[in-house]
Amino acid sequence: MPDKSTGSTVASPQKKYPLPKIVKPKALAGTVYRGNVGMWSWVLHRITGVAIFFFLLVHILDSTLLRVSPEAYNAVIGTYKNPIMGLGEVVLVAAIGIHALNGLRVILVDFWAWGMKHQKLLQWIGLALWIILLIGFVPRHLINVFSE
Amino acid sequence: MTVTIDSPRASTTKHHKGINLEKWGWVFMRASGVLLVVLIFGHLFVNLMIGHGVKALDFAFVGGKFSDPFWQVWDMLLLWFALIHGANGMRTVINDYAHNRLVGVVLKSFILLATIVLLTLGTLVIYTFDPCPAGSPADLLPSFCAGV
Ligand code: HEM
Repeated sequence: MPDKSTGSTVASPQKKYPLPKIVKPKALAGTVYRGNVGMWSWVLHRITGVAIFFFLLVHILDSTLLRVSPEAYNAVIGTYKNPIMGLGEVVLVAAIGIHALNGLRVILVDFWAWGMKHQKLLQWIGLALWIILLIGFVPRHLINVFSE
Repeated sequence: MTVTIDSPRASTTKHHKGINLEKWGWVFMRASGVLLVVLIFGHLFVNLMIGHGVKALDFAFVGGKFSDPFWQVWDMLLLWFALIHGANGMRTVINDYAHNRLVGVVLKSFILLATIVLLTLGTLVIYTFDPCPAGSPADLLPSFCAGV
């Protein structure tokens, strides 16, 4: 039985005040979290977060060998010193740097009106700090890895 | 078929009783993120930058660190905050992509199980660690073991 009161009803816009025309933007303007540069930092944040999580699982497991014997622990931690793993550690620190700096940017944007307003600037500051981090870490680490 | 469309201006806020766990998860991700910046970069600096970096890592090095309660507490905080932050982040990622309910539940159970097992193992390692296990070659142990 049709009930008048539950029929499809949408408040009809008054003719006097037409709804603003919706224009398809030429490029995705995005939101604070997604779109343009913000979207790519979100994608990177997610990929690095998941990757670091899996590294952490392995890293806790290798540390449990401390409880097995000095020989067992040294054998496994020794593999962290070979050149291929040394390059892997560069990737790991770079990924942690991306996740940490972008995480701090997200926090500043979420809690601070100024951060919300200047989130693009914060992104460039993050990139600068990331490059500084790598300049500080990579040469020193590679010297350690490749020198005997 | 009749369809009811809420008035566009209707309040969508539902007032739930009790605590909002998702909200506290959101707050936890940010609070733990700030703490993790200090814990992780301190960890990386001491293990990879000081002295010979990765080349110096072995049982004796870790034994020296864990004989100091400061580093025991540091690594304990790192273990708990990084794992719980990472696991909760993985929960978000799984919720976003696992459109099949069963797949989602299975994946999240796996994350939960791995987290509980590794928190237990990691905590036991830090608090039951013996830097001078009897019968091990002295050259693999921290130097202070010689006096014991
Ligand atoms: C270095 C310090 C860290 C900071 C500042 C940080 C910050 C953050 C923040 C603020 C979020 C929430 C993002 C959002 O709700 O939009 C987040 C998500 C996440 N974090 Fe971290 N985090 C850090 C370390 C870690 C570590 C060590 C792991 C892995 C064990 C990790 C794994 C994740 C994952 C998997 C997510 C979910 C990503 C997503 O939802 O897209 N984070 N992080």
